[in-house]
Order: sequence, then C-alpha cells, then structure tokens
Amino acid sequence: MNNPNPQLKRSMKKEKSKEELTIDQKINRRNFISFATFFGLGGAAFGGWKWLYNSPVEPAGITAGARKPLRRALNKTELFFRNFFSNNHLVKTYPKSMAAKVVRHNSDIGSEGKLPPENWLLQVHKKSGEVLQISLDEIRTLPKTEIIYDFKCVEGWDQISHWGGVRFIDFMNHYNLGDEAKLQYVGMETPDKKYYVGLDMPSALHPQTLLAYEMNEQPLPGKHGQPLRLIIPVKYGIKNLKRIGSITFSDTRPRDYWAEQGYDYYSGL
Amino acid sequence: MKAIKEKHSLAMRWTHWVNFPVLTIMIWSGMLIYWANDEYKITIFGHTYVRFFPDWYYNLLHIPSRLAEGMAWHFLFMWFFTLNGIFYVLYTILSGEWRDLVPNRHSFKEAFLVLLHDLHIRKMAPPQNKYNAAQRIAYTAIIIMGIGSVITGLAIYKPVQFYYLTWLCGGYHFARIIHFALTLGYVFFFVIHVVQVVLAGWNNFRSVVSGFEVVNEQSKPAIETQHEEGEE
Repeated sequence: MNNPNPQLKRSMKKEKSKEELTIDQKINRRNFISFATFFGLGGAAFGGWKWLYNSPVEPAGITAGARKPLRRALNKTELFFRNFFSNNHLVKTYPKSMAAKVVRHNSDIGSEGKLPPENWLLQVHKKSGEVLQISLDEIRTLPKTEIIYDFKCVEGWDQISHWGGVRFIDFMNHYNLGDEAKLQYVGMETPDKKYYVGLDMPSALHPQTLLAYEMNEQPLPGKHGQPLRLIIPVKYGIKNLKRIGSITFSDTRPRDYWAEQGYDYYSGL
Repeated sequence: MKAIKEKHSLAMRWTHWVNFPVLTIMIWSGMLIYWANDEYKITIFGHTYVRFFPDWYYNLLHIPSRLAEGMAWHFLFMWFFTLNGIFYVLYTILSGEWRDLVPNRHSFKEAFLVLLHDLHIRKMAPPQNKYNAAQRIAYTAIIIMGIGSVITGLAIYKPVQFYYLTWLCGGYHFARIIHFALTLGYVFFFVIHVVQVVLAGWNNFRSVVSGFEVVNEQSKPAIETQHEEGEE
C-alpha cells in the first residue's frame, strides 16, 4: 500500500475505517483468530495429554497396573470388539508339516520342573460346592481333538504349533457342567496358584479351546505345562495357562496374572 | 494489490492438525509394543544394515518394558486416528475437494517434472491447480496408507474374529510387517513434508492454519507466473 500522496492516504484511511477493514486489517484479524485458536487448542491438547500421561494408576484389584482412564478405555474397547466374537470364527489351521519342532517357551511361572502325573488331579469346583477330582487317564479317555495353529504371543511373535487334547466344551458336557456353563467366567490356576487366568465363558467354550495333554503328538514336556494345559486360540499366549491345577466358575471376573500387571483382561484375538 | 485467497477448508485444517498429534502417539505407543519383539531388520546379502531399533534409541525415548502401557495407549488412540480419517475421507468426497487431490491421468508424468523442478534440474514446473501432481500423488497415497494401517491393524488386533482381513493382508505375520512398514512410510513422508513446507514458506504454512493465502492481484493468474510454487 505505497501511496505517494500522504494527504490522500490519510483521507482514504478515514473513509475506510468507517466503511470496511483494509485488506491488511482483514489479514491480521484472520491471522489472529486462527492462530489464537490453533495455539489455544494445541495447548489444550497438550494439557490433555499431560493429564492422561500422569493420570492415577487404578487401584489394585482384579485388574491393576494401568492408568485409570486407559483401563476404562481398554475395557470399553473390548466390550465393543466382543460383539464380533462368534463360534463360527475359527483360527486358521495348518498342515502337520508346518508345525514347529522346537516350540518356543517364554515362561513357566507356576509350572516349573516336572510334576508326576500320578501325583496330579484336576480339581473342578462345581457351582454346588462339590469338587470333581479328575485324573489324566480319565481325561485321556474323552474324545481327542488336535489343532495345528498359529500361536500368538502378546509380545508380538507367533509360531505354528501342534496340540492335542479334549475340547473344553466336550469336557464340560461330559462332566455335566451345564449349570456352570451358564456362568460368565472360568478361572484356571496352577497347582501352586502362582499363575492364574480368567476367561470369559464364550471364549472358553469356543470350539477350538482345548485342555491339551499332547504337543507334537507326544505327552506335554515339563516346560510346556505337563500334565495338562490350556490351549485357547482366541486369546494371546498369556491366557494359555500351563499346568492346570483347578478350574472354577463364576459371574465375576476371576483373578488374572497379567491383568494385574496392566494388560487387558480380555486379551482376545 | 494484496488480496486474500481462500485455500484450505476448515475441515481439512482441523483433520490435519488432529491427525498430527494422534499419529505421533500411535507411532510412540507402537514402538512401546514393538520393543517386546523387535525382530525386524534390513539385511542385504547377509549384512544387517538397520536394526529397529538400536539400544541407545530405545533408552533415549524410554521405550523398554512398557508393552502393556503401549497397548493401552494404542488401543485408545486408534479410535481417534480412525474416526478422524473417516471424517476426512467423507468430507473430501462429499465436498468435491477430492477433485483437487486425486491423481489424474497426467499426474504421474507431471509429478516427474515437478520433481525435476524441485531438484533445480528443470526451470519450469508444470501448471497446477491447488496441488501439483507430486502433491496429488503424495496426499492420496498417505490416505491409502492410513487405510492400510487400519486394516492391517485390525488384522493383527483380532486375527480370529477378522480372519478375512488377516487373510487379505497375507496372514498374521505378514500383516504385522506391513503395519510396521507403513509406519516407516509415515516417518519418511513426514521428513519430506516438513522440508517442503519450510521451502514453500510462511504464506503456504499459514494457509494450513488460517485457511487463506495472501496473493498479489496485479499479476494476472497466468499459467507460468505462479506467486509461489504452492508446495504442500
């Protein structure tokens, strides 16, 4: 806006201020509004992030170790994705030749060493209070199901492995656990109670969920949870409890080893 | 004579600036998750050139041993990332702005000319509208990458329930690799994007905040006299 005539410039300015803003005023006004909004919202977003990042950790209970709002979000998100769960959605299975010969082993909390099968009985706590004591030989007489699938660890690795055992749904039917199947949750613990998982009933009764006693067509080795372990392909490995000692049923969430350490309770795939 | 020329719609600016911090959080929480099984590397003829990521890098950003936390963040902010993306795509389609964005049959040839121009090999850039051909390709590609991240993400998040997505992505293992590679793509895009924004200057940058550019109206809008290169 170079004007050689200062007189004219002044008069122009006077007129303009009455009528409308100059182009520079318009530019400045819009710049101010948009950048003020930009930095205002940006600051608010940063504040929100700081708040969330430093939000209090949930009180220790069935779940623990996560920040309160993030835990709430995890639970809500899982409720949403549970809508997609179906017994018709099956994990992909593979030919036997693709199963790993050396099966990866991450941890054996609660299942260290060997446990002679004759010293072991599976304890099933019925709703009535009755406790079934079931031997491995008895479980072996039930119809056997094998599965070769891609085992998925929450850490991010996956491995095709081969398992054999009795389907949990077959086990429930055989022992007339129909009343128990109507409850919402199954809890499983190792004999020493050092490792424990909680499972929602639909996932436990999924047609590919096994109480496994074989790996690669051999009895389970010590490291892989002998004499009986859980194989639940609709969950991450952390839920695939090794060396089951007891099974319980409830309408409230049973305790879960990794949910107490900040992981999602559901951990479904 | 200065004049205000409207450039970017409020919806475009809003989604752009929402996406920036959200994607940053997704990449950060993704690294917290990736740390737990950091198996990807670039190996050519037996020599490993890049390992994702070196220990000093992990330690610098306090990445180690935060898998559970990373998953909690990732599975919250995935909602914002996805919803913001859906909103942007719907808006771009319904408003007709896609016409300025989607590459046309000339774009690939012209993008090469733009590249030569940007590298100071060629004097003149091809004529353009709001976005040049290279931008059309880049900004459309980044949306397709975003859709790819959501699909591969769902494929590894619920590989049993969304088994068809996992199949579509070439299986669980491969879907995870694509998901990771797309993230590297975002970082690459970000670097180029920021360099171009800096080169294009203040007027251009401001338009993504305030929506307009200041142009000089005396120069007739002829094809070869662009006020700016109009980068970004």
